[in-house]
Amino acid sequence: MYQYDKFDQAIVDARVEEFRDQVNRRINGEMTEDQFKPLRLMNGLYLQLHAYMLRVAIPYGTLSGKQMRMLGHIARKYDRDYGHFTTRQNIQYNWIKLEDTPDILADLASVEMHAIQTSGNCIRNISSDQYAGAAADEVADPRPWAELLRQWSTFHPEFSYLPRKFKIAVIASQEDRAAMRLHDIGLELVMRDGVLGARVFVGGGMGRTPMIAPEIAEFVKADDLLSYLEACLRVYNRYGRRDNAYKARIKILIHELGADEYRRQVAEEFAHVKTLGIDPPLAELERISAYFAPPAYEQGLSDEIDRSNPAFAHWVDQNVKAHKQPGYAIVNISLKPVGGIPGDASSDQIDLMADLAEKYGFDELRVTHAQNIVLPFVAKRDLFTVWQALDAAGIANANLDLVTDIIACPGLDYCSLANARSIPVAQKIAERFADAERQRDIGELKLKISGCINACGHHHAGHIGILGVDKKGVENYQLTLGGSGAEDVSIGKITGPGFDEDGIVDAVERAVEKYRAVRVEGERFIDTYRRVGADSFKEAIYG
Amino acid sequence: MKILTGNDLKTGDVIWWTGKSWSRHIGEAVDAGDNGEAVLAEESAAQRVNAAYIVDAAASPNGPLPLHIKDRVRAAGPTVRADLGINPDVPIVKG
Ligand code: HEM
Ligand code: SF4
Repeated sequence: MYQYDKFDQAIVDARVEEFRDQVNRRINGEMTEDQFKPLRLMNGLYLQLHAYMLRVAIPYGTLSGKQMRMLGHIARKYDRDYGHFTTRQNIQYNWIKLEDTPDILADLASVEMHAIQTSGNCIRNISSDQYAGAAADEVADPRPWAELLRQWSTFHPEFSYLPRKFKIAVIASQEDRAAMRLHDIGLELVMRDGVLGARVFVGGGMGRTPMIAPEIAEFVKADDLLSYLEACLRVYNRYGRRDNAYKARIKILIHELGADEYRRQVAEEFAHVKTLGIDPPLAELERISAYFAPPAYEQGLSDEIDRSNPAFAHWVDQNVKAHKQPGYAIVNISLKPVGGIPGDASSDQIDLMADLAEKYGFDELRVTHAQNIVLPFVAKRDLFTVWQALDAAGIANANLDLVTDIIACPGLDYCSLANARSIPVAQKIAERFADAERQRDIGELKLKISGCINACGHHHAGHIGILGVDKKGVENYQLTLGGSGAEDVSIGKITGPGFDEDGIVDAVERAVEKYRAVRVEGERFIDTYRRVGADSFKEAIYG
Repeated sequence: MKILTGNDLKTGDVIWWTGKSWSRHIGEAVDAGDNGEAVLAEESAAQRVNAAYIVDAAASPNGPLPLHIKDRVRAAGPTVRADLGINPDVPIVKG
């Protein structure tokens, strides 16, 4: 894992002290809320429905055991004993006191963490593939590149006041586990003739105008990548709209200019930027990459797994994924117990996951955009022990990518922008489909719920998506079908009139049963939907 | 009726105007009538409340009940964590 050098640590420490002073001035009345608000947002502190909310950055979703344990400590000491892992691979605390925030940020800084780039119109925390460095199908480890982008983007003076927020994802496999093309910029690292480079997609996003990013460059050499991104951002910074927040994202600019014209402008800017010497020298790249060297794997470990315990065997089948190293596996910890709150974990659960990473996982964890946790480097020999510990803590849910592995934003239970509650809907659906046998029979089904059109719960990218709307002051839910955030990316389509809270659960069940009735061998829900079309699903849903 | 709400500056707690000070319990909220703006201006300037605003509410046997669901959830606490409820008696869905 990356470790801060003295520059990283110095800027983070300085930021904590600066914020401590700002908080004091606010509490003493030397600053009004209007003056203070942009400052607190730059440090991840929002004011939500019930209290202040602190969003902590987890760069490319990667954490050490010590960092994870600090997240548990903060939940226990300063919050109400839990945290919420988000679709942007971060964590949010819902009950933070303003007066405690400087101490919390100091605690975070002591383990090389912060809440910078979690709000505002800057380049936000970079997201990536949660299987980075472990996936059997990656062409390179995306983490060094994500780290380079973190360093480039943090406090980038030119890009601190963009027209709107800016989200970048980096992956290095054909299988897209990071919703890459639904980001402002999505990078897919690829090899061409033995040279590492990236396909560059620009102008994707969710929110009220969902768009899939078009490919702007089919191959940018790794040596040119920062200059190319700088050019992409410069064109946006200059021409992105600042008059209307709803039209300010880069997706709107590219949609209006057309991909060809945007590509032309970027090429022109790139020719200039490339002369500025932004791309790091090889030595710096090697310095960063060295932090992500493979762990000290034991050689000659067996790939055998004793499957005699049936509950364990189900968990292995569903939550454990292939690793590039013989004898090792990737463990997914689902934070989606039936009836629970998607993405929430208690301090004790957070501590346990930190322990397991330290004891059995080369001290590394990942947060996924599906609001789950990953231990990327576990020896198959240790899987049963890990499973037993998770089971005792209530987080051995064998439902990864199944219908109960629901993404849900905080919704009206916590969020001041919400139209409707998301979590209770997720709970009711999970309860309806609680039967493990039936879930497995349904197979992969990505169900995603947002409490308003901002789409923090990725509903546009759900095989089944649910959007909370306000219908004359009453919560109402629209159903969308056919979305995907994976390599078969697509935006879901609304089926028709919305439903109340119980009606939406029935509607989901009718859609799922329709799929079960007409699927052919090997088809997932999304495949069947694409084959038979929206109309027959609508008929099943509305009669 | 018009009641007043905001957040405690230091703790962030949701608070309601009782006529003299602020309470975490909506049952203690009073009708501010036409005085809302004036009270908010004074209380905000004195740093006793943050992000304050006026809420339309109706009288009920348990005290004022906001007309908008968002304010009812604010008063009650997260509906999915009864253990963290602030005023669990506040009905979320009307009727
Ligand atoms: C609770 C405070 C939150 C606020 C105020 C908030 C606000 C917003 C807003 C305004 C947008 C729309 C931006 C646009 O389209 O220009 C948005 C998008 C988004 N947010 Fe949130 N959000 C919150 C929580 C979350 C949480 C908890 C998550 C993760 C579960 C999240 C992840 C995202 C994602 C993935 C998007 C869509 C991607 C995109 O920007 O295109 N947000 N959020
Ligand atoms: S989608 Fe809407 S309701 Fe949900 S967290 Fe985002 S802003 Fe809040």
